[in-house]
Amino acid sequence: MEKKLICISCPVGCHLIVASTRDRITVKGNQCKRGEIYGKEEMLSPKRIVTAVVKIRKKEYCYIPVKTEKPLLKKYIKPLLKELYRLEVDLPVKCGTVLIKNFENTGINVLITRSMKN
Amino acid sequence: MLEKKVNAVVIGGGSAGMAAALSIAEKGYQVAIIEREDTLGGILLQCIHNGFGLQEFKQELTGPEYAQRFEDFVHKNRKINIFLETTAVDITQNDNGTRVVNTYSKKHGVILFSADAVVLAMGCRERNRGNIAIAGTRPAGIFTAGLAQRLLNIDGFIPGKKVVIIGSGDIGLIMARRLTWVGTEVLGVVEIQPFPSGLTRNIVQCLNDFSIPLYLNHVVSRIYGKERVTKVRITPITQDGKIDEKKSFQIACDTILLSVGLIPDMELAKNAGVRINHDTNGPYVNADLMTSQEGIFACGNALHVHDIVDYVTEEARRCGSYVHDYIQGGRVKKQGNVIPGANIKYILPNHYVTHRNNRLYCRPMIVKNNAELFIKINKKFVLQKKLRHIQPSEMISIDLEKDVFKNIQKDQNHTLEVSIR
Repeated sequence: MEKKLICISCPVGCHLIVASTRDRITVKGNQCKRGEIYGKEEMLSPKRIVTAVVKIRKKEYCYIPVKTEKPLLKKYIKPLLKELYRLEVDLPVKCGTVLIKNFENTGINVLITRSMKN
Repeated sequence: MLEKKVNAVVIGGGSAGMAAALSIAEKGYQVAIIEREDTLGGILLQCIHNGFGLQEFKQELTGPEYAQRFEDFVHKNRKINIFLETTAVDITQNDNGTRVVNTYSKKHGVILFSADAVVLAMGCRERNRGNIAIAGTRPAGIFTAGLAQRLLNIDGFIPGKKVVIIGSGDIGLIMARRLTWVGTEVLGVVEIQPFPSGLTRNIVQCLNDFSIPLYLNHVVSRIYGKERVTKVRITPITQDGKIDEKKSFQIACDTILLSVGLIPDMELAKNAGVRINHDTNGPYVNADLMTSQEGIFACGNALHVHDIVDYVTEEARRCGSYVHDYIQGGRVKKQGNVIPGANIKYILPNHYVTHRNNRLYCRPMIVKNNAELFIKINKKFVLQKKLRHIQPSEMISIDLEKDVFKNIQKDQNHTLEVSIR
C-alpha cells in the first residue's frame, strides 16, 4: 500500500510517499530523520499532541491551558477532551504540573502549561 | 501623576517586548515594560496549541509555555520594572531630546516615563470585515479569528455551533481544529487565492484530519441574517479573476470567523511622527531597527508580521542590543539602502551597514520549489543562495556576513537589492 502524506514535524512540510509491504515501511521525500519517523507512525498508528483549556473552580470565565506531554493516539483524543471539559482545577497552579497521569493507560500525561496565582 | 526616569521604555509585554527588555537590561540599563493587559505574555497566552520554540529552546512548546519562560526571566531581572494594566497613549520629546511616554495606569493614574530610548513592541491587529468589504447584513456572529481564539481559550466562551471560516491564515486554521474539538461544526474554509495562506502543516493537522473542506479560489460574496448570521453565499473565482456568479452556492451557519491577515499596530507611532513603510504597514527602520524618529525603535509584529515567534525573539533581542549601543552614544554609521527586487513582497530593515553582520527578513510573493535568491549591491552580484521551498506564508531570513562588503567603497552611496527567481 502507498500513501501520500505531508510531514507535520516542522514548518517545512515535506511531501512524503510512504509505502508499506508485509514486513516493512519505507518513507521517501523526507529531508530529515523526523520525517521518516512521522511517515512510519502515521501509517501504523497516527498520533497528535492535544491542547485544550480546563475550567478553574469557583472562578467565572477563567480557564487554564493544558497539553498532552507526548502525541496521543488519535482514537483517544475524543475521550481525553471529554474528560478535560468535565474537570475543574483549583488555583494556584504551576506550569509543568501533571494534571492527569497515564490517561487510560496510554502512558501519556496531561500537563498544565501556565502558572496562575489565586 | 507619577514621573519616572529610566534608560529605556518598552511598549508591550509580549514576546517582542520581553525579549527586547531582557536584552537591554542584561547590559545594565533600567527598563520599564508598559503592558495594557493584567499579565505579561501578549498574544502567546491565547495560542494554546504547540509548535513554538523549536529554534529558541530546541523543543516544541505551547504559546503559554513559551511566554512563561520569558516571564520567569523578566521577573528575575531586577533592572526591569513591569507596569501592568498600563496603556501608553502618546510619545513626545523633551527639550533635551529625551523621549517621554505618557501612560494611564489602573493603579497609579497618569505616569510619565522619560527615557533615552523607546521600543515599539505592541504587536499587530487583525484585518476585519471592513478591510475585505463583504456585502450583506450586519448580524451578530461575525468574529475575527484571533478574537474568537481569545474568547475560547482564555475566557471559555464557545463562539457558535456552525462556523464558516473566511481566509486560510494560520489563526483561522488553528481555530478550525480547536472549534472542532469543543464540538462546533466547521463547515469550510474559504480562500480567495489559489493556494492556502497558512502553513502546510496546519492544513494537514487542522483541516485534513477532520475532513474540513478548503475552498481555494472562492470568496464569501454575501452574509445573510437579521439578528444572527443564518447563512453565507460562496462564489468561485474564474482563472482570469472574475466572480463566477452562476456557480455560487450557500452554506447555512450561525458564525463566521475572519482570518484575513494582520497589520502592525502603528497608531501610537504615527502620532509620534514615525514614517510608515507601505510594504509592511509597519515603520520604516534603519539597520539598527530605529524608526525615522531618533531614539524610537521597533521590533516584533509591530515592525512586520512574523509567522514564527522564535524569529520575533531573535529580532527583539537584536533590537535590544542596538538600543544599548544607542544609549551608550554610539554614532550612527553610514548606512546603505535595502530594496525589494523581483518576487519580494517586502524586505527589512530598510538599511544595512558594512561594519558588522546584518540579518535581513523578507517575504516572497510566489510559491516555488528550488528557488534562488540573489543579492546585488549597486547592481553587482554579491551573494546567491538556494532555497528549497518558498511560499508567501513563510518568511525568509538572510544573514549577510560583513565579508560580503569587502569590496564596497565605504564612502559611496550604495543600494542592496534582494530578488528571487
